[in-house]
Amino acid sequence: MTQLLQPNRTTTPDSKPVRNLSVQEAESSRLSNGVAVYSVNAGFQDLVRIEFLFENKSFSLAQPLVSSTANRLITEGTSRHSALEIAQLVDDYGAFLETEESSDACSIVLYTLNKHLAKTLPVVREVLTEAAYPASELQVYVSKQQQRLVVENERVNSIARRKFNQLLFGNQHPYGYFVQPDDYGKLESTLLSAYHRQHYTAENCTILVAGKVYPTTFELLEQNFGDNGWMSTSTEHGEMGAITAVADRQHYIHKDGALQSAIRIGRPMITREHADYPGLAVLNTVLGGYFGSRLMSNIREDKGYTYGIGSAMVSLKQAGYFFISTEVGADVTAAALEEIYKEIELLRHELIGEEELQMVRNYMLGSFLKGIDGPFALLDRFKSLFLSGLDYSYYRNYLHTLETIGPEEMRDLARKYYDRADLYELVVGVK
Amino acid sequence: MIQFTKHVLSNGLPLIVHEDPSTPLATVNLLYKVGARDEDPSRTGFAHLFEHLMFGGSVNIPEYDGPLQIAGGDNNAFTNNDITNYYCTLPANNLETAFWLESDRMLSLAFSEKSLEVQRQVVIEEFKQRYLNQPYGDVWLLLRPLAYKNHPYQWATIGKEVAHIEQATLEDVREFFYRYYAPDNAILVVAGGVKKDDVLPLAEKWFGSIKRSMGERHPYPSEPEQQEARELTVHRDIPFDSIYIAYHACARTDAEFYATDLMTDVLSRGKSSRLYNQLVKEKKLFSDISAYLTGDFDKGLVVVEGKLIKGIAMDEAENAIYQELQRIADELVSESELDRAKNKVESTIEFSETDLSGRALALAIADYMGDANLANTEMKLYAAVKREDILHAAKSVFRKENSSVLHYLSMN
Repeated sequence: MTQLLQPNRTTTPDSKPVRNLSVQEAESSRLSNGVAVYSVNAGFQDLVRIEFLFENKSFSLAQPLVSSTANRLITEGTSRHSALEIAQLVDDYGAFLETEESSDACSIVLYTLNKHLAKTLPVVREVLTEAAYPASELQVYVSKQQQRLVVENERVNSIARRKFNQLLFGNQHPYGYFVQPDDYGKLESTLLSAYHRQHYTAENCTILVAGKVYPTTFELLEQNFGDNGWMSTSTEHGEMGAITAVADRQHYIHKDGALQSAIRIGRPMITREHADYPGLAVLNTVLGGYFGSRLMSNIREDKGYTYGIGSAMVSLKQAGYFFISTEVGADVTAAALEEIYKEIELLRHELIGEEELQMVRNYMLGSFLKGIDGPFALLDRFKSLFLSGLDYSYYRNYLHTLETIGPEEMRDLARKYYDRADLYELVVGVK
Repeated sequence: MIQFTKHVLSNGLPLIVHEDPSTPLATVNLLYKVGARDEDPSRTGFAHLFEHLMFGGSVNIPEYDGPLQIAGGDNNAFTNNDITNYYCTLPANNLETAFWLESDRMLSLAFSEKSLEVQRQVVIEEFKQRYLNQPYGDVWLLLRPLAYKNHPYQWATIGKEVAHIEQATLEDVREFFYRYYAPDNAILVVAGGVKKDDVLPLAEKWFGSIKRSMGERHPYPSEPEQQEARELTVHRDIPFDSIYIAYHACARTDAEFYATDLMTDVLSRGKSSRLYNQLVKEKKLFSDISAYLTGDFDKGLVVVEGKLIKGIAMDEAENAIYQELQRIADELVSESELDRAKNKVESTIEFSETDLSGRALALAIADYMGDANLANTEMKLYAAVKREDILHAAKSVFRKENSSVLHYLSMN
């Protein structure tokens, strides 16, 4: 018996490939007024996360912060309750009412134990339809945000992130707009109220539910949000602005005394709808998408130039982008840049070895498995499809690509999408 | 409620198994009872540097990450003043790969010169990225030695200074390994789509023959009771003044932990909390303010920190904080304030348990505190706290002579 238990430490135990990945799909239904509800019933904790998602439909250079601010301040007082009272109504039940803002959509998200759902949903209804944007709350918010922004402008990484998006998408569109402290000063309560009336309507709302979901969950949603009282009164919507990348590819912002330089290299990129996207996702993982990536192995684990380096693809509604990002010792900035380009060129000129490719495949399958574990992860998978206008066949296609893509195809993708002439380079710090 | 079973191997390694048949994943969490508080004052930052070296190859396996990635797994680790924690998550049917990797690096490391050289450099870049090249980044490097004069909590996990990391030798690495990385100084938790009857033989097979620790452990130097208020003022190239007030308080394992934790929640958790409403919203003195208990295994700190609105005088802002602290030390909090704080704790615990690795870590930490089941019973300890307990906690913490104040001022 003990004989059998002697471990062989020099050989890797057999591991089995991840197979039969099936994604529990979100179920769809509608409230009486037409609001779509997508839900994932999973997990064993008796709780729920409910997101109320509203698409952004306009962007104005004169008031670039109006949509994000209208969302951030939606919980700061209504016609019936002060900001403090609203906070107490939520906190009394230990719930969390959070706001999320992106360039494509804004959300109000409720996290609550199911036993408190009936008490907390009416608070959400109240802020969605009666937010009052008191001038005093706006004033506190503006001065806080202005201070935060001034601090952000001291961080090389933060400057690089925001400046890089501006290079790729220009200043006329929310994807690229570089927020200035003065923009906060332009905000007014009346503008926020007007935006609120136009955007927080049943027609523009999608409800996303994850957790332990009961028939009563839908009854409560119907009761609180299924009426016609918050339908839109106007059909007018503004414009989103134009996307225009700058022409110059090389950019440098000097920061006196910086101990590290922030580096961003990347380009506008195809989005999830494109047939090449799943293959590019594999290529990106090889380059900088996991701990064993080429960039991490070379620039951190071999050279020690940085605490971390990675690359990512972002797929937004109207555009996508790809970027490499790192903070490196100021004295090795030039050397790090050279190594980054070297790794990109290698992908364009040499075939990836079968062993490395297999490792990346397995790693990505394992990550995918993690990405569909539990109600919140499952709903997040649905949400990214929903925002891109795709359906679950995307994941079947993605998994198929992952299992079948070969080294030549990867090299061809690198040649097509990682051409140095297309890449923007931004260094913030000391070069 | 996290179901679990516990078994201690003959070499002293506790094994805790939490079965969750709903997931195809498994998490292996290995907690080592070693942190920055175990370091020599002249060689700080070592426990954390060591954590990096644990990925640089072990005695039979040249590289940790590759085989785990081939098995579809992912991992990470963290070091704090009390513990170093390693965890990996992988498809449950590949569980044995995690046992192979984790047991080999408990058995012995490769002690590679190249790995030490590179990771020293990586950690120095981490030091710069997180502590030196960030506005307000060095606050804890200043606040710790102000608050602690004797206990090793006087330095941060990253270390007192970059030079300590530069000086680390392979000899130090070896000595540290054999003293602290051993089965009787660790806690192993396996959670997820696994069966305890399968896990125990695996644990026996891979960890059962690893020898107990050779080194002795010494008691930590204790911190003498603080007798008078301390103050430090620094000027930095930052845009806004800020203030950090640290008070000595209880340890994570003390009975008054729960009352003290709820007391800081009443002060600053959520938008209905006192400090936020009084000092940010009403008086408009701060842009951000918070109060929290560090929750260390030895006596920790209650810290109140705030960033001042431009143009507000430090005196005025600081006194407004003291007024609120005095109020919670003089008057009972209301029933609704206490209920609110308890309800927040309850839902925070419930939400954190939706995550498999969160459950595994909660069990490991509870076991280190003395009883893995604390992961399930702590909510009752919070629920039992009375308004009088909050008052008592505030009275014993918020005393002038118990305070260390850091004035972190803008040069501009």
